[in-house]
Amino acid sequence: MKKPSKALTLAGIPALTLAAAIAATTASAAIVPAGIQLDNTQELTRGNGAEPASLDPQKVEGTPGSRVTRDMFEGLVTQDLEGNTIPGQAESWTISDNNKVFTFKIREDATWSNGDPVTAEDFVFGFQRAVDPATASNYAWFIEIPTIINASNIIGGKAPVDSLGVKALDDKTFQVTLEKPVPYFIKMLAHQTTFPVPKKVVDKFGDEWTRAENIVSNGAYVMEKWVVNERIVLKRNKNYWNDKETVIDQVTFLPIVSQTAELNRYKSGELDFTQEISSKHFSSLQKDIPNEIRITPQLGTYYYEFNTKVKPFDDVRVRKALSYAINRDAITRSITKRGEIPAYTFTPEAVAGFQPPKTDYGQLTQKERNSKAKELLETAGYNKNNPLKLSLLYNTSELHQPIAVAVSYMWKSIGVETTLENQEWKTFLDTKNEGKFEISRSGWIGDYNEASTMLDLKTTTHGNNDGKWSNKRYDEIMAASRTASTDAEREALYIEAEKILASEMPVAPVYQYVTGRLVKPWVGGYTTKNVEDNIYTRDLYITKK
Amino acid sequence: MFIFALKRFAVAIPTLFILIVLSFFLMQVAPGSPFTGDFNMPPEILANLEAKYHLNEPLWKQFAYYFSDLLQGDLGPSFKYKDYTVNELVAQSFPVSLTIGSIAFIITVIMGVSLGTLAALKQNTWVDYTVMTLSMVGVVLPSFVIAPMMVLLFAIILPWLPAGGWNDGNWENMVLPVAAMAILYVAAVARIMRSSMIETMNSNFIRTARAKGLPKHHIILKHALKPSLLPVVSYLGPAFVGIITGSVVIETVFGLPGIGQHFVNGALNRDYSLVLGLTIIIGALTILFTAIVDILYGLIDPKIRVGS
Repeated sequence: MKKPSKALTLAGIPALTLAAAIAATTASAAIVPAGIQLDNTQELTRGNGAEPASLDPQKVEGTPGSRVTRDMFEGLVTQDLEGNTIPGQAESWTISDNNKVFTFKIREDATWSNGDPVTAEDFVFGFQRAVDPATASNYAWFIEIPTIINASNIIGGKAPVDSLGVKALDDKTFQVTLEKPVPYFIKMLAHQTTFPVPKKVVDKFGDEWTRAENIVSNGAYVMEKWVVNERIVLKRNKNYWNDKETVIDQVTFLPIVSQTAELNRYKSGELDFTQEISSKHFSSLQKDIPNEIRITPQLGTYYYEFNTKVKPFDDVRVRKALSYAINRDAITRSITKRGEIPAYTFTPEAVAGFQPPKTDYGQLTQKERNSKAKELLETAGYNKNNPLKLSLLYNTSELHQPIAVAVSYMWKSIGVETTLENQEWKTFLDTKNEGKFEISRSGWIGDYNEASTMLDLKTTTHGNNDGKWSNKRYDEIMAASRTASTDAEREALYIEAEKILASEMPVAPVYQYVTGRLVKPWVGGYTTKNVEDNIYTRDLYITKK
Repeated sequence: MFIFALKRFAVAIPTLFILIVLSFFLMQVAPGSPFTGDFNMPPEILANLEAKYHLNEPLWKQFAYYFSDLLQGDLGPSFKYKDYTVNELVAQSFPVSLTIGSIAFIITVIMGVSLGTLAALKQNTWVDYTVMTLSMVGVVLPSFVIAPMMVLLFAIILPWLPAGGWNDGNWENMVLPVAAMAILYVAAVARIMRSSMIETMNSNFIRTARAKGLPKHHIILKHALKPSLLPVVSYLGPAFVGIITGSVVIETVFGLPGIGQHFVNGALNRDYSLVLGLTIIIGALTILFTAIVDILYGLIDPKIRVGS
């Protein structure tokens, strides 16, 4: 798999303007190859999975909202088709010697859709809004992770909002100061939580500022129409700094929840690309329209989590035995089917700047793993006369159920009796949070392209460490990885973390997620390289149909 | 009649109040909250969110806030759709469900009544058998089977109509959802109408009319139709509310931005205010239409006129 460039993760390069070198090889625009004939109508309709909870950059909660906001707004940096970080509203930036002060030069021609210039103040406002308790942003933690000065205190109500470590040095110069050097800070700035918002408009319209009739945005598109649960239509923003290289004039997002309904709308020609392909339809689509199926590795892992506070799952032998006995190849081949990769590490291979190590148990054959699993159970005191009995919790879904059933049979082959328990989504989350489970289905999709987005999850204090596994060395490693000054040093720490996970097995990784999508042949510019699935409409074009 | 109507509405107010109280507290009993998600927010962030929506205050206080806003017609902000209030979501979605539902309802009345009458008058002939077989299919097949079949047939195999969407109420987008919705009710109404018409046609006063030599169409339209409609009215009254407040199946299959989707998604998302708002609206409509049915009854059949 091709690894996105590491260049931007190097906070270790002091006081250097990186932008010029990067801009030479990549672009935030549609690159139409010579000889391609464009269609006269440049309109695109995308499946969006569900209705966004909000289109306010600082209040966006899930991928449906972030997909639309990414088209409407632009942060200091953005991503190219392959997911590399490239300059966005900032044309360049410098980093202080201690890697804590980042100074961004905002483009002279960066403008809002109403013609006002995008200023450093707009960024100050955006960042402050994200941590302001009054905004109550779900993603406020995103400003805490890179340790921007005072972010945590402001969120906790212990410091005034204007004490955040962000400053407008002048109209076009924006500065961020961190408490600790965080090597992947620049990469995080392509995320909507750090987008600028137009202060005047927000002040004037309050919560209603994101309506089509009020909104002002600084990205390639601006909102034309928003019908909740039906469609969001965006049209080209003529004031976008790179509008001249944008090709698509109008993009429509359809919030279709049902995968069958989405498939029907695609087949009837109402959608140019879907949000998903269900495993259920995959085989028949592979027969009928194999060329329209596009699979992208994803930055996420499907796994089973052991509750280490409940006996006997505090026993590493039991956890290992259960993990070994899961035949991951069988699950990805016969159930998920869409090219998911069997997982033996917590971090998926799709992550940038880190190759997950080959774990010992991952190298064995399934037969060898099964016999090891039996041995381990035996030593832990479980046998035919005293079989291990457990309950496996999952949330109600067409996908989780067959996987759970399959795993329960795999466990049966090593003498384990499994009770399956499924719950509705919010009930399931509640049960997990309260620790009232033995083994639970889990999944995690990274928030930024760095191994720590996965590995941090198993640190003692992480809010999503539902299995309550705690390992002192592991916590030390993850803390050290934040301040490691070189890539090699950090990678070594991540490898050590993965090795601890493999030997302690607090979770049983099952497979690495992929994004499976149907894409009409006339959609140009679509690639399967952006593992975060950030597909910007400004990079696409429609060829002659 | 006026006093009767007044009495009906006087009973409606406490009924509605009980509905509001029950829904408010039952909603809170459901596990999880609007803010539980696959990502567990740090406690400070969760606290900020709860403070914003008053969820950190005692339940009775929350209810007091809600109820005083409600008296001013404010259903509160949606917990899930952060950019909208419940009033706005209802204002956007109700007209969609109402349009689809009303058209389906009119079709139901016209087709159901005429097919039922036809089957009754041609009892035990091929007309009767055809109508009854078709209506059996309509009654037996649930809409989650009929609707996708229609999409497959009329949007994909025969690309005549769009597979979904609302498009500001474009007629082409309405055909399939209206048809999918009407089929179910037409089938039920036709069956009810048929048996009721057969019963009426066998009653003494119709025999008298026949004996007097009145023309057949006169007997049917002037004398038999009205009493035969009674069971249909008592079926359609409550059903009407169900029809105009949207069906989650039809709306999901056809991608319609109606009330049905909000109701079900609202419950799944624990969007307390949205679910409560819709419960109140649907509750109020149900009470209203049950009362209207009672009044209609009186108009159709003087024997059951109450309160005069």
